[in-house]
Amino acid sequence: MEEAVYISGTASAGPDLQELMGQVALGDQEAFAQVYDRVSGPVLGLVRGVLRDPAQSEEVAQEVLVEVWRTASRFQAARGSAMNWVLTLAHRRAVDRVRSAQASAAREHKAALLDRTPAFDEVTEQVETRLEREQVRRCMRTLSELQRESVTLAYYRGLTYREVAELLAVPLGTIKTRLRDGLIRMRDCLGVSS
Amino acid sequence: MTDAGLHTLTGAYALHALPGTERRDFERHLGDCEACSTEVREFSETATRLGLAVAAPAPRELRERVLREITTVRQEPPAVPRPERAADRRTGAARWSRFALAACLAGAVGLGGIAVWQHQEARDARQRADTTRHQADQVARVLAAPDAKTSSGTLEDGAQGTVVVSRSEDRAVFLATGLADAPSGKVYQLWFDDGGTMRSAGLMHASGPSSTTYTTLLDGPVDGATGMGVTVEPAGGSARPTSDPLALMKLPPA
Repeated sequence: MEEAVYISGTASAGPDLQELMGQVALGDQEAFAQVYDRVSGPVLGLVRGVLRDPAQSEEVAQEVLVEVWRTASRFQAARGSAMNWVLTLAHRRAVDRVRSAQASAAREHKAALLDRTPAFDEVTEQVETRLEREQVRRCMRTLSELQRESVTLAYYRGLTYREVAELLAVPLGTIKTRLRDGLIRMRDCLGVSS
Repeated sequence: MTDAGLHTLTGAYALHALPGTERRDFERHLGDCEACSTEVREFSETATRLGLAVAAPAPRELRERVLREITTVRQEPPAVPRPERAADRRTGAARWSRFALAACLAGAVGLGGIAVWQHQEARDARQRADTTRHQADQVARVLAAPDAKTSSGTLEDGAQGTVVVSRSEDRAVFLATGLADAPSGKVYQLWFDDGGTMRSAGLMHASGPSSTTYTTLLDGPVDGATGMGVTVEPAGGSARPTSDPLALMKLPPA
């Protein structure tokens, strides 16, 4: 597993993810195994952040990864990166799961939600992840506290912006704009372009 | 809401933080707002970086499970342009019957599984979802039940039928692909087979990605039923079957 040493989030040794996705869409199971090795860690980490329950998270991660195989032909490179396609699928699935599970039950205790920071996994050995984590942390520090809390609760915890507003006792309109200007700042700090 | 008000929702939308109705409103707006689409894409890529930062090592067993599972999951074919409406009738059955059950199940359950920047597709899916949402929720419960079991068979004309039963939910779902429209003035009716006595389980409605795809929650509990059937009945349905069944299927054992 040591061959996957990344210089940044986009460059990598071997065929790139986008190329591999094209092969997966043609039914190439070996290409899928390579895709799996690149995306399974981010998928599982992201899903676990939202769902928290380890067993359920693995189950959802498995569903997402199989979905990547099944619907690979839907991926269109012109519309975004392959990693974006996969993690969008993963996040949407995790969020759907947590919202349906909690639709009737009360949302988690406020203190428990507010208490948690993103589940940055400190033990990971992947150079790529370590670099990415440090960059994201550094950029997160450039956000105002409200921007950071809003983005964290919405993305890492899967809350709707209404739930974020309620939790932080801040008007809805404020949360909307904080999510947007927080993301603008993160986008510029991370150097993301479309 | 004003356009300016909607525009500030790009952040919430890209993070999947908009509740259902607001998401749909915003997706309608996205279609007309190029600046919003660009921003959503950039935000979505930004979120991806946030996601990468929380990557966690996946256990070895997960890799084995996933790589094993994909050998049994048929892939969706590449999207083809939608044929004209009239042609749809003729070619629909042949085209959709190639779809695996997995595709059908995911269509019923995974209504949310569409990438954000593909707003056009998301809109189509949402519209379909709206009309079937309530049923889909119930269907999803059966399909997602830990004890869900399936049995499959072939109906007439090569149409494929699959029944999914959850004994814990005491409900069953019937899925059919490649089934032609019922003759004019007729409907498809589902039945539970209670040891030879047919008990009505309601009418079938097309609910998939095409008019030949059906996903129907059977009315009423499974109870002691050992099988199920499909018949063609006069519009509105019948209290007892009035025609020979198109298919009789055994329910999977508990």
